Amino acid sequence: MGAMPAIPPERVALEASGLKKSFREREAGERHWRQVDAVAGIDLVVPRREILGILGPNGSGKSTLIRMMATLLIPDAGYVRIFGLDATHDRMAVRRLINRVSVEASFFKKLTATENLAYATGLYGVSNRQSQQEAARILKRLGLPAQKLRVPLEQLSRGQQQKVAIARALLTSPNLMLLDEPTTGLDPKSRREVQEFILEVRATHDATIIISTHDMEEADRICDRVAIIDRGRFVALDTPRGLKDTYGLGRDSLESVFFNLIGTTLEQDSIDP
Amino acid sequence: MLAVQVARESQAVWALVRRNFHLIRRYLGWEVVFLFYNVVNTLTIGLIGLAMPAGTARNREVVYLAIGALLWNFLSILFQEVSNSVQWERWEGTIEYSFMAPIHRLTYLGGVCLWAVLYGLVRTVVVLLGVAFFFHIAVGGADLVGAAMVLLASSVPFIGLGLMAAVLPLLSTERGAQATQVIQGVLLLISGVYYPVAVLPHWIGWASVLSPATYTLEYVRQAVLSGASVVSLIPVSVGLLLSGVVLIPIGLIIFMVAERYAMHRGTLKRNG
Repeated sequence: MGAMPAIPPERVALEASGLKKSFREREAGERHWRQVDAVAGIDLVVPRREILGILGPNGSGKSTLIRMMATLLIPDAGYVRIFGLDATHDRMAVRRLINRVSVEASFFKKLTATENLAYATGLYGVSNRQSQQEAARILKRLGLPAQKLRVPLEQLSRGQQQKVAIARALLTSPNLMLLDEPTTGLDPKSRREVQEFILEVRATHDATIIISTHDMEEADRICDRVAIIDRGRFVALDTPRGLKDTYGLGRDSLESVFFNLIGTTLEQDSIDP
Repeated sequence: MLAVQVARESQAVWALVRRNFHLIRRYLGWEVVFLFYNVVNTLTIGLIGLAMPAGTARNREVVYLAIGALLWNFLSILFQEVSNSVQWERWEGTIEYSFMAPIHRLTYLGGVCLWAVLYGLVRTVVVLLGVAFFFHIAVGGADLVGAAMVLLASSVPFIGLGLMAAVLPLLSTERGAQATQVIQGVLLLISGVYYPVAVLPHWIGWASVLSPATYTLEYVRQAVLSGASVVSLIPVSVGLLLSGVVLIPIGLIIFMVAERYAMHRGTLKRNG
């Protein structure tokens, strides 16, 4: 993994050390529970204003990692510190500094975007009027027509719902945004709009952004650094350029890096009993 | 700093009440059906009293049963709204967002409870109007202020019980909501909603003293049927409030422990 110069503590947005999380699982018909290590020891330091991408196959631990950062899961071992605050013990203080967009745009489907946003921002102490003004501005920027704010969310496309979800996260002015596959399922135009907006947010809001994605081109385009995660461990962490130089097998694409790193373990999978 | 925090938490309570109001508007068809069923159900129960021979006893029986149906309507709405709040968030997939907000859990649950009381009162008043219109009940000697006092005092312990029940959907995605119905059913059985608790078999009758609804029903009936004075109802109202003062913190602690357990197990994320 690419070495990173030491960052002064006041410049650190997020620090994770020895982070582990496992779950008990039992498939239909199975009698016994088995333990699945979703995150198996992650160390990470993210400086302020960085956009860090997390790339990994399905089930590699991306969402579990982001949930631990988002104070929604308690680690089995290790810690996450956000702006120096422990995500387990200082949950309330951490929650004021972060927000999250998940892969599924979770809303009250019968309510309009305006009503959903008023509820979500009300929980953060943002007034209804302020929320509506700011939401209209953000959603206009994201290319969502104003009249869509007043129809039930269930009548919006997935891409439109995801834009509302991004607005919901931004309305609380988080210092750290956790984006869990925010562009999955979006058409290319919407994806590009969201990517541009993420870059704009970093530039204008002084925000740090951690984004998990399957999209190699997206990671290459917007991320300062990219971590490749497999079986709950980072197998590489560097700038996109650094990853391509080290693991790209002579090709200038993150895809070749990804398959080089993950493909090896797939082969091991087929050999190991 | 404290003022800012209080303002923020109050805004959150209001956001929850407003959200639920918007949801009711969107599910208005359901509401009409529920309300219609409530009115018809209460009338049906009152009609059992009309089967008695005409006279004072018949009037008394109708009012006795109608009070049971109305109070049970109010208390079960309170209980369901509070205990189903988690299930509803699971259903919509919003639970992680609501629980990630930087507010105390007491604030979240306070918003849910405030909505439950307001919503329960409105629905009960509508049913009451239906009952009054249908039966032409004469309650001239009734102490309605005393009855309202007992009713409001009893909503406090019921909120505490609702908080305890809300834990179940948090712990079990698939079976939690159904389990809350079991609690509600037991309360219906032991609280003397439609009969005096004295008729219960001994093996279950002793449990009636544990239910706040037992006292609510008994003393509201005393106020309406026997005109018991407000002063005479103060001790039981204080008792109900005190039981709520005990039950709400216990409910809150149980809820927070269950939430922490869910955050360990990773069960918050699953949609039921």
